Amino acid sequence: MTDSPLRFRDDAPHEEPAVTLDAFLGQTNATAVRIEPGDDVRALLPHLGQLALVEVAFPAFRDGRGYSAARILREAGYTGELRAEGDVLVDQIVPMRRCGFDSFAPRTEIDSATLHASLSRYEHVYQGAADRAVPVWKLRHGQPRS
Amino acid sequence: MYQYDTYDQSIVDARVEEFRDQVKRRLAGEITEDQFKPLRLMNGLYLQLHAYMLRVAVPYGTLSGKQMHMLAHVARKYDRGYGHFTTRQNIQFNWIKLDQAPDILAELATVEMHAIQTSGNCIRNISSDQFAGAAADEVTDPRPWAELLRQWSTFHPEFTYLPRKFKIAVIGADEDRAAMRLHDIGIQLLTRDGRLGAKIYVGGGMGRTPFVAPEIKDFVTADDLMSYLEACLRVYNRYGRRDNIYKARIKILIHEIGAAEYARQVEEEFAHVKTLGIDPPLAELERISAFFAPPAFDADAPDTIDRSDPDFAVWVDQNVRPHKQPGYAIVTISLKPTEGIPGDASADQLDVMADLGTRYSFDELRVTHAQNIVLPHVRKADLYAVWQALDAAGLATANLDLIGDIIACPGLDYCALANARSIPVAQKIANRFADLGRQRELGELKLKISGCINACGHHHAGHIGILGVDKKGIENYQLSLGGSGAEDASIAKITGPGFDEDGIVDAVETVTNVYLERREAGERFLDTYRRVGMEPFKVALYG
Repeated sequence: MTDSPLRFRDDAPHEEPAVTLDAFLGQTNATAVRIEPGDDVRALLPHLGQLALVEVAFPAFRDGRGYSAARILREAGYTGELRAEGDVLVDQIVPMRRCGFDSFAPRTEIDSATLHASLSRYEHVYQGAADRAVPVWKLRHGQPRS
Repeated sequence: MYQYDTYDQSIVDARVEEFRDQVKRRLAGEITEDQFKPLRLMNGLYLQLHAYMLRVAVPYGTLSGKQMHMLAHVARKYDRGYGHFTTRQNIQFNWIKLDQAPDILAELATVEMHAIQTSGNCIRNISSDQFAGAAADEVTDPRPWAELLRQWSTFHPEFTYLPRKFKIAVIGADEDRAAMRLHDIGIQLLTRDGRLGAKIYVGGGMGRTPFVAPEIKDFVTADDLMSYLEACLRVYNRYGRRDNIYKARIKILIHEIGAAEYARQVEEEFAHVKTLGIDPPLAELERISAFFAPPAFDADAPDTIDRSDPDFAVWVDQNVRPHKQPGYAIVTISLKPTEGIPGDASADQLDVMADLGTRYSFDELRVTHAQNIVLPHVRKADLYAVWQALDAAGLATANLDLIGDIIACPGLDYCALANARSIPVAQKIANRFADLGRQRELGELKLKISGCINACGHHHAGHIGILGVDKKGIENYQLSLGGSGAEDASIAKITGPGFDEDGIVDAVETVTNVYLERREAGERFLDTYRRVGMEPFKVALYG
């Protein structure tokens, strides 16, 4: 793993280690939690206010459950750090950003030139998601981009 | 036909550059084959037995003449001079070099084509009715909806690493020509109380465990459809099985928890998703629909056909269907000549079909899931000229929906997954029934062949289905009867022990003989089978 996470946030990285979902639900004062692919992220929804970091584990890049977990958190109003950890590949950063991830701890270091090229490659998107990108159907019907 | 605006074009162009970069990184060894695989698959590039295969998307099976010419160009320049139309209404090129794939995509992008999501565990090319906009029985044209779905599903950030591939079909007629209920999601458009909407079926599919999709929602209005589908996919992405590739399709989830429980979860998710504002306004559906307005039909086109040439008359009877516009007809070009490979077309044939589409069918062509090509809007007065041109190009085989109109997957001749060859079996059966009079005597008979359990050749949906398996190193063929991919969808049942390559040809002939003996007036093979059951066929096959 790389030393410090790749972040798209201005605040300082959250230092408290993340606890498992079970541990989090069994105690009241943790501010960082780690979600495994099989965990039901909705269990966090009553506690979003106390969370500063949710780390979503990707043990294998092919397992896409974490994308839905991220959107569910963002759609519920979570504004803290949302980190994708594990088998996260450079070509997945853009869709993960769209699902609401703003921090990445990839197991294998990501080449920054490749990443920067991919972040700016798509000027338009077709569908609304958890980011601020305005879908083209909105642009077509006169709504301004943000 | 739909035409890209600058937004659509910029997205497809960006994809070409992205894939060029991915290929460059792979060739430079910066990413492993394991990491490259999902990237290339998301773009329709498979590593097959002999070479890379590129599957190009034909969204809802609709093509212009210019696009068909481009496919001919790709076949000539980058392949061995032919292409293969698939049961997903796409086209595959079987002899592609990896380093040329980005150039092919760049050429395709110049005519608004791509290979996006023609493979991978994502939402695949949306399929639809090949007679859309032309069929006499149409309630509403499914193509604008299919285009709306294409855009919604393209690079959907949440549904790019699903448990398994995901196929959606949308139809707008009573007759189901798209095998809608054998898709992960089947959408049937209808109007209710003057409002346009859709009935939703989820969890159909073929493969190792075939299911006809149950209805999970009676009516979704047009302006709720995207939210509803988003909810359907999210429930699947979260709860579909990932522990076993053979149990990862949504049909297994629905089979395990039940359609009612799945529908309940979707409903709950939908109530939330609907608040997010992700549904395009109806104005967007209207914008897209304008591209699919009926062409400028000639209201005075004569409604009669000169049938004095008997060969032409046979072709008209077999391959021409009624059009909603008087004076016009729908032509299906069979890509199933007796000696041919089902679904294959040479570059020259692609060019011929492109020119005919441009000249005689308002520049429109369609690909069918039965691996044929349709000219949707031909003046009846032009049918003879079209037939003559097709005949000169070896494209006038008059066997639509007959036993010679076989669906077959590429099988072990090309495919890395296959257990047995499909093409030689298809050719032997076609040869056995080469006499067109005999085929016509048998009437509508849908024979479908798959070379492995994945069922790309739709054998579960065949009136007669054949599945090739590997039995201790020897190819063996299982026979099944009674399937249908139409509005009376059903899964075929296996007759009994399998046959060798010649034995399966004899077995097919045997079951057709049982049909001829037992049929009552007006019955198709499928109707007789449904009436008399498996037993008489079993007795004839196994004694």
